[in-house]
Amino acid sequence: MLRFVLKRLFVMLLTMLSLSLILFSLVNLEPNLRKLALEQNNNRMGQEAVNSWLEKNGFRRPFFVRYGEWVAGAITGDLGYSSRFRKPVNEVLPKRLGYTGILAFWVLLTMVPSALLIGILSGMREGSALDRNLSIFSITTTATPEYVSGILFTVIFASWLGWLKGVSSVKDITFENFTLPVMTMSFYGMGYIARMTRASMSEVMTSQYIRTAHLKGLSFRTVVFKHALRNALIAPFTVILLQFPWLLTGVVIVEKIFNYKGFGWTLVEAAENNDINLLLACSLVSVVVVIGTQLISDVGYAYLNPRIRMES
Amino acid sequence: MEFLNVWELWGGVILRFWPVWAAILLTYFLMRKYRQRLGIFGNLLDSAVGLSGLMIVLFWLFTALFADVVATFEPLEQFYRYRRKPPGVVELESMVPMFFGSDNLGRDLFSRMVHGSRFVLLIAPSATLVAFIVGIMLGLPAGYKGGRTDSILSFVANMILSFPVIVLFYLLVTPGIRETALPNVMAGVFFMFPIIFALTVLRSRFSERPELLIPWSVAVLILGGWLYSGIVFNADPLGWISMDPNELNIFAAVVFASSPGVFRIVRGLTMDIKTRDYVAAAQTRGETYWYIMLWEILPNSRGPLIVDACLRIGYTTILLGTLGFFGLGLAPESPDWGSMINQTRGFIRLIPTIVLPQTIALASFVLGLNLLADGLREESLKD
Repeated sequence: MLRFVLKRLFVMLLTMLSLSLILFSLVNLEPNLRKLALEQNNNRMGQEAVNSWLEKNGFRRPFFVRYGEWVAGAITGDLGYSSRFRKPVNEVLPKRLGYTGILAFWVLLTMVPSALLIGILSGMREGSALDRNLSIFSITTTATPEYVSGILFTVIFASWLGWLKGVSSVKDITFENFTLPVMTMSFYGMGYIARMTRASMSEVMTSQYIRTAHLKGLSFRTVVFKHALRNALIAPFTVILLQFPWLLTGVVIVEKIFNYKGFGWTLVEAAENNDINLLLACSLVSVVVVIGTQLISDVGYAYLNPRIRMES
Repeated sequence: MEFLNVWELWGGVILRFWPVWAAILLTYFLMRKYRQRLGIFGNLLDSAVGLSGLMIVLFWLFTALFADVVATFEPLEQFYRYRRKPPGVVELESMVPMFFGSDNLGRDLFSRMVHGSRFVLLIAPSATLVAFIVGIMLGLPAGYKGGRTDSILSFVANMILSFPVIVLFYLLVTPGIRETALPNVMAGVFFMFPIIFALTVLRSRFSERPELLIPWSVAVLILGGWLYSGIVFNADPLGWISMDPNELNIFAAVVFASSPGVFRIVRGLTMDIKTRDYVAAAQTRGETYWYIMLWEILPNSRGPLIVDACLRIGYTTILLGTLGFFGLGLAPESPDWGSMINQTRGFIRLIPTIVLPQTIALASFVLGLNLLADGLREESLKD
C-alpha cells in the first residue's frame, strides 16, 4: 500500500511540474507580455518603450531562469504581485478560495446525496417505470450546462415567481441569494453521478451473492441496505472525486452568472485583465485541486476495493 | 406596435420549419424501409428514448441545412426601433413577425437561433471526428503494445485531462495566441492524423496488392493535402476551402481538450479486445500490428465508440457554448448559441423571454444527443 501511494505521489509531482511548465510558457507568450506592458503603463507606448519596460522588469531574462524563480517562489509560498488587485496574490487568493469553499460545500452537500438517492432508486429495480423516469431526469440534467440551467432558473424563480434572487454576494449569504448558484451547480453534476451509481447498483443487484441473499429469504429492503449498497457505492466514490475538474469549470461559470466574487470570478478577472501572476496562481490552485482529488480517489479506491490492492 | 397572438405565433413557427418537418419524415420512412441494412441504427426505431433523441438531433441537423429557408431575417440585420421586444412583435415595414422577439440590438432572435445551429453543427461533429481519429491512432498502440509507449502516452493524456477546461480555454483561445503560430501548429498536427489514419488503413489492408494501394493512396494524398492546405494554412489553390483564424483556434483547442478522453476509452477497449480469440488467430496468421489494430480490434469496438461519439458531440457543444458564454474566440456579433446567451443574459430583468430561444436550443440539442446515445447503448447491449 505504501509503495502504491508513493508511486502515485511521484507521478503526481511529475504531472504538476510539467503542467506548471506548460502554464508558465503559455502565460508568458510574447503577445501577453506586450499587453501587460501596455496595461501597466500608458496604452500608446511604442514598441521600443515596451521592450525597455519588459527589460527593466526582468521579463527578458532567459525563460528557465524566470521559471525556476517562479517555482522557487511558489514552493516557499510567494506567488508574486497581482496587477489587477494591486496587492500581493497571497492577500487576494485565500479569501476568494474561502468564499468558493462555502459554495462548493453546499453544492456537494446537496448534489451528492440526491444523486446517490436517484442512482440507487433507479438501479435497484432496473427497467421499472421509476427507473425510466429517473434516468430521463438524469440525462436531462447532464444536457443542461450551468450557463443554461442557471439562466433558466433565474428566469423561473427570480423573474417570474420572484422567490429567489438572481444576484448573490459573498459578504451576505442568505437563503434567497445563495439557493440559485447552489442549485445550478448541483443540477448539472447530479445526473452524471446518478447514472454511474445506477450502473454500479444494477450490476451489483444481478450478482450471485445478492441472489443468495434473496433466496435466504431476506426482505428486499435488507438486501439493498445491508448487502448491495456497500459494494455499489465504491464506483460512485471515484466518480464524485473525479468530478472536480468539472466542478471547477462550473464554479467559474456560476460565479460569473450570479456575480459571486469567489475563486472562479477571480480567475476570470485575472484572465481578462492579463494579470499574469494571479492567473498562474489560480491555474496552479486548480491543478493542485484536480490532481489532489485524483490521488485521494486512487488511494481511496484501492483502500475500499481489496482486489485492486492485491494487483498493484 | 402589433403583436401576434399565441396561436399565430406558434402556428407561424411550426410553418416556418416546413422543410425540416418534410426532411425528418422522409428520413423516418427511408429508415423504416431500409432498417435491415442500417444495423444498430435500424434497431433505434424500436426504442422510444433512442428514437426521440434521433428526432431531436435530426431536427437541428436539418435546421442547420435549411437555415436560409427557415430564418425570417438575416442574423445580423438590426432594427433600431425594435430593440428588446417580446415574442410575436411584427416588423411593420416588411410585415414579417419576429417570432421570438428581438435582442438588445434589435436583431431577430428566431433567425439568430436558426442560424446559430450552423456553427454548432459544423464545428462540434467535425472536431469530435478529428479528436476520435487522434484518440484512435494513439490509443490503439498504447493499449495493444503497452509498455513504454503506453506509459508515456497515458501520462500525457492524464496531464491534459487534469487541466480544468476553462483554464485551458482562457490560455489557448485568446487574441494574443492568434498572433503566435501556436493555433496553426496545433491544427497542423491534429489534421495530420486523419491523413495518416487513412494511409495506414489502406497500407495495412492492401500491402500485398500494390495495384489497389497506390491509386487509393494517391487519391487520399491529393484530397487530404487539398483540405489540409485550405484549413490549416488558408492556402487552398482553388479557394474553396478556408477557415476563419478564430474558428481554427477554437477547433484546435476543442480537439486538444477532447482527444485525451477518446484516447483513454480506445486504450481500455483495446486492452480488453486484444485477449480475444480472433486477435490471437490474426497474430498466428502473421498479420502486421496495424492490420490487427485497425481491421480486427477497431471494428469490434465500434459499439461503445459510437455511443461515446454521441455523448462527446454533446459535450463539445457544451464546450463551444462555454466559449461563447465567456466571449472567447468568436466574433462579438456571431449568432452562435453560446455568444447569444452571453449577449442577452444582462436583460433578463427587463424581458425574461430574451434568453429562452438560445438556451433551450442548446439544451435540447445536447439532450437529443444524450438520448440517442442512451438508446444506442441499450440496443447494443441487446445483441
